[in-house]
Amino acid sequence: MALLTPDRSQYPALKPDGTLDIDLSSGKYLKLWQGPQHPGITGNMSVELTVCGDEVVEGKTHVGYLHRGFEKLMERRTFIQCFPIVCRICVPEPDFNEYCFAAAIEELAGLEVPERAHWIRTLILEMGRINSYLMYLGGQAGSLGLGVIGQWATYARDVMLDRFEELTGGRIYHMFILPGGVRDGLPEGFASRMEATLRELETVMADIYDTMFCNAVFKRRTVGNGVIDRAWIDPYGVTGPNARAAGVAKDLRKDKPYLVYPQLDFEPIIGTDSDMYTRADVRRRDVLLSIDLIRQLFAKMPTQGAVMAEIPNVLHWTIPPGETYICGECSRGEYGYYLVTDGSGYPRRVNVRGPSYTHAMALLERMIVNANIADVAALMVSLHTYPPEIER
Amino acid sequence: MRDLYDRLSALFPLGTFTEQRPDLAFISLEPAQLRSVLLHLRDREGFTHLVLLTAVDWLEDGQFQLTYLLANRARACDLGLRVRIDRDPASMDSIHDLWPTAATYQRELREMFGIDFPDSPRLQDDFILEGWQEIPPYRRDFDTLRYARETFNERPGRVSLDPATHMRDQPLTPSGR
Repeated sequence: MALLTPDRSQYPALKPDGTLDIDLSSGKYLKLWQGPQHPGITGNMSVELTVCGDEVVEGKTHVGYLHRGFEKLMERRTFIQCFPIVCRICVPEPDFNEYCFAAAIEELAGLEVPERAHWIRTLILEMGRINSYLMYLGGQAGSLGLGVIGQWATYARDVMLDRFEELTGGRIYHMFILPGGVRDGLPEGFASRMEATLRELETVMADIYDTMFCNAVFKRRTVGNGVIDRAWIDPYGVTGPNARAAGVAKDLRKDKPYLVYPQLDFEPIIGTDSDMYTRADVRRRDVLLSIDLIRQLFAKMPTQGAVMAEIPNVLHWTIPPGETYICGECSRGEYGYYLVTDGSGYPRRVNVRGPSYTHAMALLERMIVNANIADVAALMVSLHTYPPEIER
Repeated sequence: MRDLYDRLSALFPLGTFTEQRPDLAFISLEPAQLRSVLLHLRDREGFTHLVLLTAVDWLEDGQFQLTYLLANRARACDLGLRVRIDRDPASMDSIHDLWPTAATYQRELREMFGIDFPDSPRLQDDFILEGWQEIPPYRRDFDTLRYARETFNERPGRVSLDPATHMRDQPLTPSGR
């Protein structure tokens, strides 16, 4: 729905260096800050908007409100001491950090992980994916005025957090995946309680579908709005549901299978229209896919066997020089860890590749031009960004 | 990945080749060759996705290692290009015209490592830090502990009480008995 047909003659000209020639004293333009505290974004991030009327002429993403120097901190800590740090890089889906970092260490140290640990790791990653999507669905609906969806999604997330607490002892940060495997096996009766949780989730997801995805206001505001051009996918490093909603079937669980995904039966969820509605729908269907994957995991998972390999004394653990990159498909796209070791007991360099790094910076700044102010919050959320993984 | 290295080395002077996994390899090369190799990989070999661009500080060698990690979706493999540049002054050609996202990585590297990328858009804009006066903080010679001690006040830690002693000394009733 076009809310305004702007007068293009008012638009600023391009300067030779490619930036816009914006004269704020002309009275045609206004600086407007979206954030850094805005319910539309999980975490703190702001967008400096230059608007002409109610249309955005230019947007610049500003981050740094959550910078804690994780990558630097890790260079001064032993490998095992890094685990309480890595999970905090992404609050809503912390387990991917643990998995990628642990897998990178295992590869460089030559550790063999027991088969059962692979299954439990996959289970944890899928549980975390559901939680992350639920947080997104609440935010996306809330950015367009459907506040009750956020409450339902938070309830459903809380039910899954109960399972996390039962399995790992922690609700938000778990530190359950460690180099060599996982800390423990599944508790007695966990599968049946998880099944009850999954059924509860399916009920909530059906309600969310009826109330959010069939809602006329939500459709009018999102269908055909905030389109990611398919030609931008590679130049702007678009991955995950943002790319899949554009019809690009990029899913690392299929493309570069890791853990036990090759033993699971699934197809990547894709869309065709690449607008805000399609991206939300891809994520909704991804929740249902994760529910199905968890059921498959419980049906096929070995119930006996070791969950942790023999590892050296972690206080004196040195890892041979080397470098590697481990990645996986998190709820937002490609999540990866680039780890360099130098033979000492500390990482030489850790670089975290979060999908938000490209989505919230270059892509958002590209997409936000010509958007209506009223759509900016929804547009920001529709890319599903978590600022801490931008500024690590 | 070895066949890719053979094809590339027939066209460009390349350094060492490390096959980390069947789907991940690293190639070292000179800074002058980087742009040509990146263009070739992107346009001829299908490495269209810039996964990340980051730096490793080899302080003892007086050099930075820049790692350009590219992905080929069709072949499901990643290739890292390693380039060593002098640490002081640290400067490298910008590749923002090849991948728009590279401009963000280069802004971060300028701020965190002090590596210059001439002509990269908004390179001098603050990325994460505001008004930073010290040496770039991700360099190995930046002492985080010293900086924290000089910049922030010490905060007294929480008082921990031995539960047994603490409870024994507590009055059981408001009257103190």
